[in-house]
Amino acid sequence: MSASRLESILERLDAATAPDDLQAAIEALRAHYAVDHLVYHWVSPDGEQYGCGTYPRAWVERYLERGYLRIDPVIQGCYRRFHPVDWKRLDWSSRAVRAFLRDARDHGLGRQGFSVPIRGPAGQFALFTVNHDCDDTAWAVFTAAHCRELILVAHAFNRKALEFEAGRLPEHQAQLSPRELDAMTLLAIGYSRAQVADTLSISEHTLRAYIESARFKLGALNTTHAVARAMSRGLIVIGP
Amino acid sequence: MLRLLSAERLARHPRLADEMFRHRAAQFRDRLGWEVQVDADGRERDAYDALDPLYLIWQRAEGGHGGSFRLMPTAGRCMVNEHFADVAGVTSSPFIWEVTRFCLAPRAEGQVAAALMLGGGAVMRAAGLEHLLGVFDARMERIYVRIGAAPEVLGRRGKGRDRIGVGLWRLTPEAEARVAARAGLSPDLVARWVARDFDAASVPAPARSA
Repeated sequence: MSASRLESILERLDAATAPDDLQAAIEALRAHYAVDHLVYHWVSPDGEQYGCGTYPRAWVERYLERGYLRIDPVIQGCYRRFHPVDWKRLDWSSRAVRAFLRDARDHGLGRQGFSVPIRGPAGQFALFTVNHDCDDTAWAVFTAAHCRELILVAHAFNRKALEFEAGRLPEHQAQLSPRELDAMTLLAIGYSRAQVADTLSISEHTLRAYIESARFKLGALNTTHAVARAMSRGLIVIGP
Repeated sequence: MLRLLSAERLARHPRLADEMFRHRAAQFRDRLGWEVQVDADGRERDAYDALDPLYLIWQRAEGGHGGSFRLMPTAGRCMVNEHFADVAGVTSSPFIWEVTRFCLAPRAEGQVAAALMLGGGAVMRAAGLEHLLGVFDARMERIYVRIGAAPEVLGRRGKGRDRIGVGLWRLTPEAEARVAARAGLSPDLVARWVARDFDAASVPAPARSA
């Protein structure tokens, strides 16, 4: 049930034509996850910032006015990484950072955070953050349950943001490799994984990698979703 | 001991870094004759070393470099997609990481290669990956086979000594047991080494003064 709700949010995100649609999608996602805040935050190499999210406006203004970008340990901690970072692992020990954290809490941010770093083309850097207030145990359960999904959602937002920024065509257009196309086509006509692997003379393990890559390129949560997207985009055609 | 180091943390281990880049020059330029960039001090580095990859390194008891490889997710810029797309197509996923510059120190044993492969499995588990995607030359491929960690080859280019392959590794208990026996290491110990470094994304826990 909840997976299909997430799917429909991602469908709307995929169909977004303006930055306002991103904001609507992130608000819907916050409701879906029942967390305090979700934020997509793009930081360009020259310090320009762009994003959407549910942080209180007063906090966003405060952040910009104070130039918190320079000391925010989440930015510093994620900038050179490509795997999600739990805020607990970051260094919050300096006086300036402690004051920043106090200020954030005073502005309504929760004490827990989980940020997915994204590295796009040409040095592009963005973060997708979940912020919430709960105890460590509940937080560990939440992040373990949703880590994979959050990484995919983070990339979905970044794809759209790149599209708006550069006015470029969606990068997923027809970028499936020939093997990935073969695999998706056979799945679409109802072959089992074993039959697909057999037909393509590859192992099921190799097939899993092709499907995984195709899924990601299509911005899909799971294989069924990926097949549906490939068909709706006309990448695969099945019929008499 | 195995170490998983970000480029940033590698810089704090100058001897290890220096030896790793020299051994890469010895393997890729001197032995394989690849057209790689080697600086005046004999260190081989490429554009991907500047993109903050992770390095998995076997550090010898005396502190030096025994062997290593470089890890990056295929969702972003990476070597497999930018240089070997003709061999195996473009693979893209945050859950498939590429393994490149798999390098053994001169006279390093298969045991070091096995330890590194075991570490690769531990990284997969720590990061929730299903696959590693590697680029390898003919000699390294033979070594992988010998230590019980043969990749599933997706494509090849070239012939004989110059042959390059792109292939996938997966994590199976059987392969892990074979490689662990060859490495003479317990998978639990390797998992602890990797988990420790994987978690050390930065320094201590936040002060919850707020």
